[in-house]
Amino acid sequence: MTDINVKIEVEPVNSAPHGPSEEPGQIVGVTGNEAIARGAWEAGVRVAAAYPGTPSTEILESLATYPVDDLHAQWSPNEKVALDVAIGASLGGVRALAAMKHVGLNVAADALMSQSYIGVNAGLVLAVCDDPGIHSSQNEQDSRYFARFAQIPVLEPSDAQEALQLTKLAFELSERFDTPVMLRSTTRLSHTRSPVTVGPRVEPPRRPYRDDPAKQVMIPAYARTRHPLVLEREAKVAAWVDAGELSILEAGASSIGIVTVGMAYSYVKEVAPPASILKLAGSYPLPERTLRSFAASVDRLMVVEELEPVVETALRAMGLATEGKEYFDRTGELSAEGVRAGLVKANVLPAGNRPSTHALTPMPRPPVLCAGCPHMSTFMAMRALEARVAGDIGCYTLSVIEPVRATDICVSMGSSIGIAAGMARTTDGSVPIVATIGDSTFLHAGVPALMDAVYNRSNITVALLDNHTTAMTGGQEHPGTGRTLRGEATHRIDFEQLVRALGVEWVKVVDSYDVPALYQAYREATQFDGVAVVISNRPCVLDPVKIKGPPFEVHAEGCTACQACMNLGCPSITWGDGWYEGRHKVRIDAISCVGCTLCVQVCPTDCIRLVAGQDA
Amino acid sequence: MHERPARSPSTLDHPPPTNVLVVGVGGQGVLLVSKVLARLCQANGFTVKQSEVHGMAKRGGVVFSHVRFGAKVWSPTIPAGEADVLLALEWAEGIRWLPHLKPHDGTFISDTRRLVPPFACRDRRPGAPSGYVTDTAAEILSRVDTGYALDATGMAGELGNPRTANTVLLGVLSTVLDFPEEQWLDTLTDLVPAKSQAINRDAFLKGRAWAVNPTIPPPEPARSEAEKSQSVTLEITATWCKSCDICVKMCPERCLRLDHQQIVELKEPDACTGCRICEMLCPDFAIAVHIT
Repeated sequence: MTDINVKIEVEPVNSAPHGPSEEPGQIVGVTGNEAIARGAWEAGVRVAAAYPGTPSTEILESLATYPVDDLHAQWSPNEKVALDVAIGASLGGVRALAAMKHVGLNVAADALMSQSYIGVNAGLVLAVCDDPGIHSSQNEQDSRYFARFAQIPVLEPSDAQEALQLTKLAFELSERFDTPVMLRSTTRLSHTRSPVTVGPRVEPPRRPYRDDPAKQVMIPAYARTRHPLVLEREAKVAAWVDAGELSILEAGASSIGIVTVGMAYSYVKEVAPPASILKLAGSYPLPERTLRSFAASVDRLMVVEELEPVVETALRAMGLATEGKEYFDRTGELSAEGVRAGLVKANVLPAGNRPSTHALTPMPRPPVLCAGCPHMSTFMAMRALEARVAGDIGCYTLSVIEPVRATDICVSMGSSIGIAAGMARTTDGSVPIVATIGDSTFLHAGVPALMDAVYNRSNITVALLDNHTTAMTGGQEHPGTGRTLRGEATHRIDFEQLVRALGVEWVKVVDSYDVPALYQAYREATQFDGVAVVISNRPCVLDPVKIKGPPFEVHAEGCTACQACMNLGCPSITWGDGWYEGRHKVRIDAISCVGCTLCVQVCPTDCIRLVAGQDA
Repeated sequence: MHERPARSPSTLDHPPPTNVLVVGVGGQGVLLVSKVLARLCQANGFTVKQSEVHGMAKRGGVVFSHVRFGAKVWSPTIPAGEADVLLALEWAEGIRWLPHLKPHDGTFISDTRRLVPPFACRDRRPGAPSGYVTDTAAEILSRVDTGYALDATGMAGELGNPRTANTVLLGVLSTVLDFPEEQWLDTLTDLVPAKSQAINRDAFLKGRAWAVNPTIPPPEPARSEAEKSQSVTLEITATWCKSCDICVKMCPERCLRLDHQQIVELKEPDACTGCRICEMLCPDFAIAVHIT
């Protein structure tokens, strides 16, 4: 048995506290997310909560760099809890922010839909980051529909400076109109660094708690009285937007008028069409008078917006003849090229001869699990068991890609266990049904599903992949890590105790780097009739500390090129120069190898050994 | 409604921004390069937009960072065919993003080191080729206006840390953009941890010196050819098989199974690579692999 201890070398976790050190008036280069955080801080936010999710994660990470005395910033186990915490703070009388990615808003939607009826005490802002182009998500839903659905105003900044200003404005609007306000970002805005002029923090006085059950307790009788007020509020906000300076008109040629909003504005400006441009600050509620007069001033009206035709549909509903999505994609991320192509198609720009580019066929390079990732061994075991695997959201979703190719289904946060339970009702038990779920995702939405599986006597195996962090989003704390967002020690959930408390009788904790023990645990778990949980336990190799043990190498003379090690999908293992019976021998990249020993354990010829001169 | 005086298309009022696209693979340090550049540009009074995508990109996948600077910058991303400089930390990534480079007057800078992903090694049958790009440095350099291809990882390794290859390439980049050497060094030093400041300075200067008199690296040494046209057959002695399932579970290609009599059989002959694991692991010598 190979020694599976690895040396741990601690590298400083990157944290660049930028926030409070800047003097008001100073120009700094910050990302959209940092600008939202700065805007919230300047607006005097006192409580902020989120569950990490790309591209929204850095909003809270950035807020956590501001002084503890200024605000409480926290990770919550999911977005609904985060929004509830913010709601509580708002009703308690201080400005509060909840941040989430677009699909996180689905989780928080239950709270939002009714909070819209209740309104706020102090300002309540939801920072929601969409992911057009699906850079790191499971869909590209357009959250602006949620603003319309919940009938709360949405502001859509087009760069970091606007993100800061509109975040501050969002708090003001929230208090002025007694409504939660959505600030909607996108991946491109959230992750683009651009110059921002920062201002001072102005903390409004705390508002006294209002004892007002008819406003705050949504029993049917009270809710019925609130709903008409929501409609009145919509009209008031619309009138205010119409009267104010939020919409920006850039008068140009009257032959064509472009209405645009959010990041799309920057692409329109890049392309610089001969047109008048009306830039909106948000898509709901719309400034109807402004839009009508703009429409009347141009021969052709056209909407350029990213993803769904939210503004376009509303303009049509106003009876305005407008063009839009027939020229611009409804899927994917918008770009200057996309806007240019659309405007050419619409005969607004001449076709022109764009310079031909270098045409080449790129090589696919799908993201992979990291070298030494403790999830790899679990998926090797899944393959060996020929299990049907309901996966979940996290790094381990990458196990769907060859050569690992183990995850069969993945839908949404925490879905794996429920899906496995449902699927188990469709089989005769001959195929093992396994749910794989990470520690953070399990706490997010997996706990009720496991409760369900036990309660309804399901016959499934749950692989709880505990890597002690929220890895996919860059290593955030959660209730199972024992640390808070600000790094303070706190209670740490014991997963074995938690799972047993839910009624699971078969529980085993194994070391993810101990391949034989892991295989055996999964074999026994899948043979168990009932809910079995294997807690596969090893810290992530990247966070909170980078793990780097002595690297291994392949002794080519012993390699029979079976490539069993390559089934791990480890990015450090690749084809070497030699051949054996026509197949490529393998080699290990010593720079990236972290010495996890998984390949050593699966090598049938024992030809993978420590790099000479390294001792274990 | 707020009225801005007149329409001010960026292309008319201001010269277009300078576009630098930095690309590579997760973990190589793309972001350090673009951060140094962005900070330097900002310190010199330019408006800068630096755009990247995190998240899954970190996991060994494609990483890119757009840096645009000038008097006024609108789109945070560089439109295809408009990058003035394409800086690649990995060979295949440089080729992936080549369509973003200006076709007639763009500058291409790339490490020639290859990070071959597991995905490119998927076909394991005898004689199967790698899925990695085959374009050589000479081929790519002949297609671009100005091109630099160098073994930056090797040069960084000579200094003691191959991971500073990104800084070697930053040194090359510094000869293309018009900022003073000291500013580059100061900005770089600011952005790397104290313990690696010295090696990063060395790496930067090494790349910068190399670019003064760049060389085209020799082509990759040709790989020995595999023996061709081998066919694999499995000889299974059914009476020796005791249905232990070891070969089925350990087959890397998952091409074995137990039949209705619980005797091993080859269910997917085309997938079998002849790796002999079943032959080696069978406790009863029931499987023999023949490669002809």
